[in-house]
Amino acid sequence: MTMAEPRPLTASPAAPTRPVYEIARLSKTYARNMLTALTDVNLTLHKGEFVSVVGSSGCGKSTLLKIMAGLMPPTTGRVVLEGKPVTGPRADIGMMFQQATLLPWKTTVENIVLPIEIREGRAAAKAAHPRALELLKLVGLGDFANVYPGELSGGMAQRASICRMLIANPAVLLLDEPFSALDELTRDFMNMELQRICAEQQSTAFLVTHSLAEAVILSDRILVMKPRPGRIVEEIVIDLPRPRTLEMINTPRFGQIVAHIRDLLGKEAFQ
Amino acid sequence: MTAKPELMGDPNKDTVWVEHVALIDRIPRWLAMLALAVIVIGIWDLATARMNWVSPIILPSPGETLDDLIFVGKNLVTGGYMLDALWTTTRTVFWAFLIAASVGFSLGVLVGETKFGERAVMPYLVAIDTMPKVAFAPLFIAWLGFDIASKVALAAFIATFPIIVSTAAGFYAASENERMLFKAMGASRWQTLIRLKLPTGLPYIFTGLKIASVGVMAGAITGEFLGGGKGFGALIRESASMLDTPRVFSLILYLSLLGLALFFLVAWVQRRLVFWNKADRPGGVG
Ligand SMILES: Nc1ncnc2c1ncn2[C@@H]1O[C@H](COP(=O)(O)OP(=O)(O)OP(=O)(O)O)[C@@H](O)[C@H]1O
Ligand SMILES: [Mg+2]
Repeated sequence: MTMAEPRPLTASPAAPTRPVYEIARLSKTYARNMLTALTDVNLTLHKGEFVSVVGSSGCGKSTLLKIMAGLMPPTTGRVVLEGKPVTGPRADIGMMFQQATLLPWKTTVENIVLPIEIREGRAAAKAAHPRALELLKLVGLGDFANVYPGELSGGMAQRASICRMLIANPAVLLLDEPFSALDELTRDFMNMELQRICAEQQSTAFLVTHSLAEAVILSDRILVMKPRPGRIVEEIVIDLPRPRTLEMINTPRFGQIVAHIRDLLGKEAFQ
Repeated sequence: MTAKPELMGDPNKDTVWVEHVALIDRIPRWLAMLALAVIVIGIWDLATARMNWVSPIILPSPGETLDDLIFVGKNLVTGGYMLDALWTTTRTVFWAFLIAASVGFSLGVLVGETKFGERAVMPYLVAIDTMPKVAFAPLFIAWLGFDIASKVALAAFIATFPIIVSTAAGFYAASENERMLFKAMGASRWQTLIRLKLPTGLPYIFTGLKIASVGVMAGAITGEFLGGGKGFGALIRESASMLDTPRVFSLILYLSLLGLALFFLVAWVQRRLVFWNKADRPGGVG
């Protein structure tokens, strides 16, 4: 059990550990409509760090994430994961979407080893079953390995998709509003689960979210984006101690940070 | 005004609501169906055998029809000439369904999966689909003769289009998220096709196959009406031309058994194959 010890209140982003993901001078212009979705984006994710990006709808968050996942080429810039430029989808990138997207004709455990089945074939997928069962236990779904997704609740399905993301031991986790389809109570619970899992796996994670509270409670740093053209306008270091708890939402520090971000984004961004 | 105290609701007592279920809601389905059949056959019997409102040439009585059903049934069971006719039609339907399924599926994949199919092939298919396909029957007869080949061709021609459309729709059915998931896993186009789009599309494809199983029957019988031959359709036409209405009735009834058999065969295969799609089957997993 390695619980992260509380960090110093003024941790500087450059201080922690080695860089995992580096993006420099990234820009993206969609050729279809000549729309500049991103301009001059620079960011570095360090090993074990949890970074969120917030911003109003249409400011380019999903575009950034898709480029980082290798699903879409950038127009210009450097996109480097673990020292190698990202030119397409890679096994060391784990992704999670708003919907769990489990295949209904595969059992939970078969869904979890799907990335291995696609990359390395059925035999390798079979061999990965023990690891999948371990992960299922980690997210509290140990008894649901051989159940079809139709019998899982929304929260359980998302937990299974966390396992699928983790199965290949990715170097970085990319999360695009992963829990926004869940009800608020489940969502809070899943956020705490995500924190625990990331701490246990020492994951490097990058989260896109619409919820300021979610970003603050989970992140070491928050990047604030503004639209037209999409760019990062500020980086906020969250100095709340770890492990975070839901009670921290009621602390004055939490309120200050949220108020500060809301101020930055302007009133029109969130209603 | 005086009201009963229990209806007013004594604040110190719990109120009890008694829901009355109407008698009609408590009748089981089989009983309701039986009742309707008895009523319809009763009126039918009254109009024909009892009161003679309708001439037996136009509408035979239930008794006559039953007699004929038994006669045709015996002929079928003892391997008479009607069994040969039924066998001919069954073969026609079988081959037509097989051809429609394979051609329809292939064209459906072409249209659903490739830009060329979508842009170039689809408009022609839509154009052909809007034509009354039965009008092609004389052509098929001219090309393929009066044997079963021309009937197979007509039946397959009619049944192919619903399969094309449903297969193409099925291959489109995978969601944006699922496609992105497969892309992010580095899946090849072939892997995405086989592991994602085909299974996702199966319920659609089976819907098309069910429609086709009905179409193939209609096509085979139409072909036999127009092109003669030795099938059940020819028997029906002959009986009708001799004003043997009870025979027409019982032949149609036996023919519908063939159609039902094909339909339920498709439905059965679907239940085996698409075990996860429980939405349309409250029964449970097959
Ligand atoms: N495939 C595309 N082609 C052209 N323009 C696009 C495409 N995808 C997104 N855009 C545009 O790029 C901009 C950024 O879109 P993006 O989806 O990245 O925003 P977002 O921050 O994720 O928004 P949301 O919070 O609503 O998810 C938007 O103006 C959008 O209209
Ligand atoms: Mg988005």
